[in-house]
Amino acid sequence: MIPAAFEYHRPRSIAEAVAVLADLGEAARPLAGGHSLIPMMKLRLAGPEHLVDLGRIRDLKGIRTEGGDIVIGAMTTQQELIASDLIAAKLPILRETSLLIADPQVRYVGTLGGNVANGDPGNDMPAVMLCLGAVYHVVGPTGEHRVAARDFYLGAYVTALDPGEIVTAIRIPLPPTGHGSAYEKLKRKIGDYATAAAAVVLTLDRGVVATCSIGLTNVADMPLWAEDAALALVGTNLDTAAVKRAVAAAEAITAPASDNRGPAAYRTKMAGVMLIRALARARAQAK
Amino acid sequence: MTEPTSEQRTQSLQGLGCKRKRTEDIRFVQGKGNYVDDLKLPGTLYGDFVRSPYGHARIKGIDASKAKALPGVIAVLTAADLKPLNLHYMPTLAGDVAAVLAEDKVLYQNQEVAFVIAEDRYAAADAVELVEVDYEPLPVVVDPFKAMAPDAPVLREDLAGKTDGAHGKRKHHNHIFAWEMGDRGATDQAFTQAEVTIKELISYQRVHPCPLETCQCVASFDKVKGELTVWGTFQAPHVIRTVASLISKIPEHKVHVIAPDIGGGFGNKVGAYPGYICAVVASIVTGRPVKWVEDRTENLTTTSFARDYHMTAEIAANRDGRITALRVNVLADHGAFDACADPSKWPAGFFNIVTGSYDFPVAHVSVDGVYTNKAPGGVAYRCSFRVTEAAYCIERAMDILAQKLEMDPADLRMKNLIRREQFPYHSALGWEYDSGDYHTALQRAMNAVGYRQLRTEQQARLAAFRAGKTRELMGIGVAFFTEIVGAGPSRNCDILGIAMFDSAEIRIHPTGAVIARMGTKSQGQGHETTYAQIIASELGLPADDIIIEEGNTDTAPYGLGTYGSRSTPTAGAATAMAARKIRAKAQMIAAHLLEVSEYDLEWDVDRFRLKGNPESFKTMKEIAWAAYSNVPPGMEQGLEAVSYYDPPNMTFPFGAYISVVDVDVDTGVVKVRRFYALDDCGTRINPMIIEGQIHGGLTEAFAIAMGQEIHYDEDGNVTGPSLMDYFLPTAVETPKWETDWTTTPSPHHPIGAKGVGESPNVGGVPCFANAVNDAFRAFGSTHIAMPHDNWRTWTAADNLGLHAA
Repeated sequence: MIPAAFEYHRPRSIAEAVAVLADLGEAARPLAGGHSLIPMMKLRLAGPEHLVDLGRIRDLKGIRTEGGDIVIGAMTTQQELIASDLIAAKLPILRETSLLIADPQVRYVGTLGGNVANGDPGNDMPAVMLCLGAVYHVVGPTGEHRVAARDFYLGAYVTALDPGEIVTAIRIPLPPTGHGSAYEKLKRKIGDYATAAAAVVLTLDRGVVATCSIGLTNVADMPLWAEDAALALVGTNLDTAAVKRAVAAAEAITAPASDNRGPAAYRTKMAGVMLIRALARARAQAK
Repeated sequence: MTEPTSEQRTQSLQGLGCKRKRTEDIRFVQGKGNYVDDLKLPGTLYGDFVRSPYGHARIKGIDASKAKALPGVIAVLTAADLKPLNLHYMPTLAGDVAAVLAEDKVLYQNQEVAFVIAEDRYAAADAVELVEVDYEPLPVVVDPFKAMAPDAPVLREDLAGKTDGAHGKRKHHNHIFAWEMGDRGATDQAFTQAEVTIKELISYQRVHPCPLETCQCVASFDKVKGELTVWGTFQAPHVIRTVASLISKIPEHKVHVIAPDIGGGFGNKVGAYPGYICAVVASIVTGRPVKWVEDRTENLTTTSFARDYHMTAEIAANRDGRITALRVNVLADHGAFDACADPSKWPAGFFNIVTGSYDFPVAHVSVDGVYTNKAPGGVAYRCSFRVTEAAYCIERAMDILAQKLEMDPADLRMKNLIRREQFPYHSALGWEYDSGDYHTALQRAMNAVGYRQLRTEQQARLAAFRAGKTRELMGIGVAFFTEIVGAGPSRNCDILGIAMFDSAEIRIHPTGAVIARMGTKSQGQGHETTYAQIIASELGLPADDIIIEEGNTDTAPYGLGTYGSRSTPTAGAATAMAARKIRAKAQMIAAHLLEVSEYDLEWDVDRFRLKGNPESFKTMKEIAWAAYSNVPPGMEQGLEAVSYYDPPNMTFPFGAYISVVDVDVDTGVVKVRRFYALDDCGTRINPMIIEGQIHGGLTEAFAIAMGQEIHYDEDGNVTGPSLMDYFLPTAVETPKWETDWTTTPSPHHPIGAKGVGESPNVGGVPCFANAVNDAFRAFGSTHIAMPHDNWRTWTAADNLGLHAA
């Protein structure tokens, strides 16, 4: 439980951080809240020679609206999301999900940016971002560009980020007023990753599903956007047969590992059960 | 000022029965405890282990040259260094040996292979990575049922040709011992004649007690004096001292063993581990203090697992529910070395308590211990002289019998519980139960929870489930347990030949303040509080004026330590007996002061008074002063006593537990709606501490029943060796506990106390398991194996066809 030696850097600006990271190349890792990276270093599963701590960069903080989007600085902590009135009013699924991440101590330090950028399939926020159609602001040596969350995840701990690049903000288009949402997470205990979890955002038009988006957590080597499952529900009134079709479509794209949370077949089934429960709650919320 | 009444004087003592706040908490809640890792001696070196990544492999070579070249590294010890000292193996308390550092083979994952000694922890951890070990993987045995196959790999090559084990003949190269108890012939006959029988394989999974503080020590050898001091997390520090002296050949008076504050033990800290031996050797070699501290994964995977008992239980009964015989055959997985710490004559501990609380006319039990490629241990946790295994076995088996007889599980128990008038009760497997009133306890528990109404509600829920109106099932768990604690009488209990007595030494200062020392060692049990309460009541001196010390083997009288709920039954008894010796002397001094015959005096709370003339008295405080200033002619000064107490029998705490769970059939999530625990631990010394003990034991029972498992894959890898996977419940998961009690004193203990620390774990585990099983009883399921975590519970439901659309 003792990490190998490393150099510690604490840049004051995004530009400085990107410069340091570019300079050090593969030997460096950016450090956000550290609740994934530090345990891996202590177990010596990760051994970066340099840590570039993003915690003192003011421009990475804050939650604001920008046009029809909410833009959240990457170093915003989960606790700050929970405490935000704006998030509670406009993106209740983000608050709900934050409350299901780890435990209060972790949430005071763990960040949204770290959660989405690390590429850990166990993290909760990526599936929510897929569900919401979020876009990540990425800054690197060649400047700034944007990557859709739905194009960001390539495999376990493999993302569209190039070396030297960091996620600086998460841009989320506001779901329509009156939308319903839910994040259902099955876990063994406080602090656990999901056995399976499902994020749902939907809108209803006179009882019929007008739009629907579904994300799934920890049932593959990356977060899943269950596009077919959502399509199976659009135009229905979420009747049993439609939900069954959606569950089958969602289960079909899962490929979980067997682990101490249960065998793969069980975790696939739980993705379906979480989806059913998330749909029921989202529907009850939608106006 | 009027003299306080005797009641007021009693209350001011804060003695027996008082909810006295724990005195040790004053330092603990301020973060001012003094644990091993708090000890910082100048010049301390740090040790860290190179461990095997394999479950079974031959070591073809170890190259430590890169590690030794790292700045800050002092040395790297391997078996080759320890062998000339004959320290590459150490004796276990179970009559086996265990490797300190692996010589030719590793036998389980994370086994100790080399010990790095460095100037700081960081250099040591870096050096561990640089030690190159060349392994040749060998076939692995993790399933105890495959250990004794004719072609099973030979695990213990060091035992080649040894057909005699510590407990008789070994049947196979991976066999450790066979042990049996009871009347086999009469039991077999009862089964032949039985109207009804049940048989079930009931496995208790491998778990680990996981104390918050891991195992650790600091060894410091003084080359000038030739003296060794070891501070460590020792539940039995005197035994560690004796073993250290025997192994190191350092005379025992020059071995100073000190157990400071301990952050939980639960049996994990009874044994001697390679870390202790290596730290001692390293300190002798370097002449500097050497500290060794386990990390969490090392703790979970190497030091002292628990359970791994595979019990095939059979009950014979009449159709009316009257039980007629019990037969249990056990396969015990001891891992790579037999490192249990049961009393010498008891290789399966007190598993013959498996007849439980029931009046079995005959019974027979047999146990075979086997080696596998898993970590050694078996002494932990929170009651394992195998009592918790036995209680789980009989309580599950009784439920299965009730199911077969179509009887209510509580009614079946009522019919077969040992009756009050049968005590002292001689069990079919050889124990003499000291006292009990079982029917009263169970009836009180049933009344408290509204048992019959709960059954009615359960039936309604089941009907709703079958009608498709709910996806939740309700389960009601009933468990009645009898514990056996307080080891033990020297006639049948010893450790390394040392009788399992325990001790107390009480010294009263002239002002009436008291220091007392015991041979036990608290790890959270609150001894500093409760022993003082015993003395307060026995001697009439306020508990606040009494300081209790344990753990320093130079000053405390010899004792066998704290485990198996033995402290109150043994050292608690010794405390009362030592106090009574003091009181006898005090009576003579009081008589001298009052110029009367001692036979004319009587004891009154905190004083001796003249019979028939209560105005004429001497308080203990006055007597204490006189003990140093004005003793009767011919009497020695001073007021102190020591007692070594050899209990005449074990004590037998018992309890009735009832729980209610709601099972989400679609996810396998089990919610504990209610848990009621009635405990009878005899005389209650401190009700608040008892309640705390019960909360702790129930929480650990909940953890075991609902999630804990040290699981090995077929390659011998531990699949969840951290708290991410290993279930340590937080306040969020832990159910609310309802506690209750009856009081049936032990007739043979000086104050009637029985011990309580482990009872809730003994009764709690089967109570949870019975509740989960009960939820599925209507569907024909007889036994679902622990732990009852989500996927296993879901799988049980799935196997019963409960997910069919």
